[in-house]
Amino acid sequence: MSGRTRRLLLWIAARIGKRTGSPDVSYPQSSGDALTISPTSIVDSAAAATARATPTALARRVRGLSDRAIAWVFIAPAIILLLAINIFPLVWAIYLSFTNYRANRPNAVVETVGIRNYARVLTDPDIWQAMQTTAHFVFWTILLQTVIGFMLAYLIDRKFRGHAFWTTIILIPMMLSPAVVGNFWRFLYEPQIGLFAYAVSLVSGIPTSEIRMLGDVSLAPWAIIIVDTWMWTPYVMLICLAGLRSIPDYIYEAAEVDRASAWRQFWSITVPMALPFIMLAVLFRGIENFKMFDMVTLLTGGGPGSITEVASITLKRAAFESWATGRASAFAIILFVAVFGLANIYVKALNKVKQR
Amino acid sequence: MLKRSNAFFGLVSAFALSSALPGLAKADELTLCWAAWDPANALVELSKDFTAKTGTQMKFEFVPWTSYADRFLNELNSHGKLCDLIIGDSQWIGGAAENGHYVKLNDFFDKEGIKMDDFVPATVVGYSEWPKNSPNYWALPAMGDVVGWTYRKDWFERPELQKEFKEKYGWDLAAPKTYDQLKQIAEFFQKREIDGKTVYGASIYTERGSEGITMGVTNVLYDWGFQYDNPKKPYEMEGFVNSADAVEGLEFYKALYDCCTPPGSSNIYMVEAADAFKSGQVAMQMNFAFTWPGLYKDEKVGGDKIGFFPNPAEKEHFAQLGGQGISVVSYSDKQDAALQYIKWFAQPDVQAKWWQLGGYSCLKSVVNAPDFASSQPYAQAFLDSMAMVKDFWAEPSYASLLQAMQKRVHNYVVAGNGTAQEALDGLVKDWTEVFEDDGKI
Repeated sequence: MSGRTRRLLLWIAARIGKRTGSPDVSYPQSSGDALTISPTSIVDSAAAATARATPTALARRVRGLSDRAIAWVFIAPAIILLLAINIFPLVWAIYLSFTNYRANRPNAVVETVGIRNYARVLTDPDIWQAMQTTAHFVFWTILLQTVIGFMLAYLIDRKFRGHAFWTTIILIPMMLSPAVVGNFWRFLYEPQIGLFAYAVSLVSGIPTSEIRMLGDVSLAPWAIIIVDTWMWTPYVMLICLAGLRSIPDYIYEAAEVDRASAWRQFWSITVPMALPFIMLAVLFRGIENFKMFDMVTLLTGGGPGSITEVASITLKRAAFESWATGRASAFAIILFVAVFGLANIYVKALNKVKQR
Repeated sequence: MLKRSNAFFGLVSAFALSSALPGLAKADELTLCWAAWDPANALVELSKDFTAKTGTQMKFEFVPWTSYADRFLNELNSHGKLCDLIIGDSQWIGGAAENGHYVKLNDFFDKEGIKMDDFVPATVVGYSEWPKNSPNYWALPAMGDVVGWTYRKDWFERPELQKEFKEKYGWDLAAPKTYDQLKQIAEFFQKREIDGKTVYGASIYTERGSEGITMGVTNVLYDWGFQYDNPKKPYEMEGFVNSADAVEGLEFYKALYDCCTPPGSSNIYMVEAADAFKSGQVAMQMNFAFTWPGLYKDEKVGGDKIGFFPNPAEKEHFAQLGGQGISVVSYSDKQDAALQYIKWFAQPDVQAKWWQLGGYSCLKSVVNAPDFASSQPYAQAFLDSMAMVKDFWAEPSYASLLQAMQKRVHNYVVAGNGTAQEALDGLVKDWTEVFEDDGKI
């Protein structure tokens, strides 16, 4: 290992260090934080180790590059992957959405059809029906999950005896695969042997054979909402819990000194300070449920009729059963723009809330 | 600049090298793709003879029915080499032939002396030909299948039930010959207490996600006079799909669903129907014939307790065709070995063993053998059914046509929206759109 290489890599490390600014040590150092290692020492030792390991030939080659070039070399693999896996398919889908391309007809001539695919998607009553179904599903799941999730987080945050144990228990549904959840809720909902129907019948006195959660037009949309809420409320709870834990105790102490009531403390301290976290949970759940597919497919297959056919089921059927690739691409782009637009507006609002 | 591009080239070629080393094709191993069900296990058993004879190892790729079409049509459309041989569903034949997924077998059949006349005519049209009724063969009929019915013979034979039934309906309780009889029997058993258990009339197909309700409702629609299009003018559907008779048939299917199925029957297909029967819930069950050998062997409901009957008649008499032919995938590197398998499979003695093991042979010499009808208790019902089969569209766009029918029929029968007339009018509209997109009308 030549001394020159070592010097060069130290120089690179120093350059990088300069670019990112001095190490951030502004966070509060708690007492007894003995494990804190100075960031500068990490950079130094890493640079030394890298320098020792770099072959001379490579080092000589790297030496002629500018800072900018080195930066590009480092991020290039990530950018290439991103382009290949995310951006290219998106651009390709936009192109396909203006054609009559069908992926299962490789020999057919591909023609440009202008905006006909978009016109057809936007005027199709079935697609609007699917969008309404999706909106109903997203709205109610988010509402229920946020309310119940926050309540659970508030309770767990009391730090009662065994709260860690109960947190784990509550988190279990979230750890299951949606395919598993879909399948076993189908059995739970089963009118003759299902525990759900049995429990409802026990409470309400309605005979179990009348409780057709998945077969009844008015109950099926609620059946999928219940399952999604059961599965994902713990997730919302976890994020809300992080929000609640991030509120410093001294604010409550100050409120106590001012003799603010518990009710007032909740609405003036707890809710506003946890709000960015709650909003983040809503954003994640909203995006996730907008593209809900697996669980609903397993529970109802979109039925009865098309009452639980959410947008992604419609999209999958158009794309991979009918193989109307062009039209499905147009639908996908419309969905993408809708989610992207809504999410952007929402993130703006989130940032506003954070700044308060 | 130059140095940088060198580095890039190094990286790119490293990737290229790692992805350009596929497993070298071994000609002594063939992969056969099919659905995961009882007959597939029988085929594994049967294929051991092929391996013993030729030394070619057989690998199998079986996928559950609900994702069978998704999985293998994706494979074919992406020109995948996973399957050398495929037993593809009967409706795929149009698309697979027109898009070149299957190897055309005419020359091979001529060379090897395999004659399509030796097979049951309905299976040749249903599983092998595209265009239909023309001598262009893309598959060898492999597994005959048809929708039929099973019933609880032990319940039907109880004297007290027979007496009560006779008093109520005026005829002897027995396997029904018409759908009106079937409905009366189903009503008779619905919510009846038998051996301390509440039982129900019949289990019928109602599945929404893939093809279930279509495969069920067509049995009734055909019998009432539904036709896919004008026999004299292809693709003219107005007045054939939504004729007054067809509307009446659809109303009957809904009435049957409403009156006589077990609670929670809104999403039933082959597996669920068989389960309802096996658990002793229903007096009658609509299902494909492939389930019969398994049900006959069942300890609880099989043997003396089960009976079989073909789809009942009404104004007409038809049954929905199931089943598949076996094809060679044109993207396979081992087409010759795959053709050898088909040649072996077509032999009369192999076909006879196929039937013994639980597969449904389509070879005339097997099904017309004098002892065939008595060889199994369900053989007669199978023979009668195969003589009157009708299949769904096999057009390249069959999936779009199927989706439309699933949606319209389920929306009326299970969800109870609108009328039968509206459902079938809507179906004509959807199908017309599909054929217009394809440039057929």
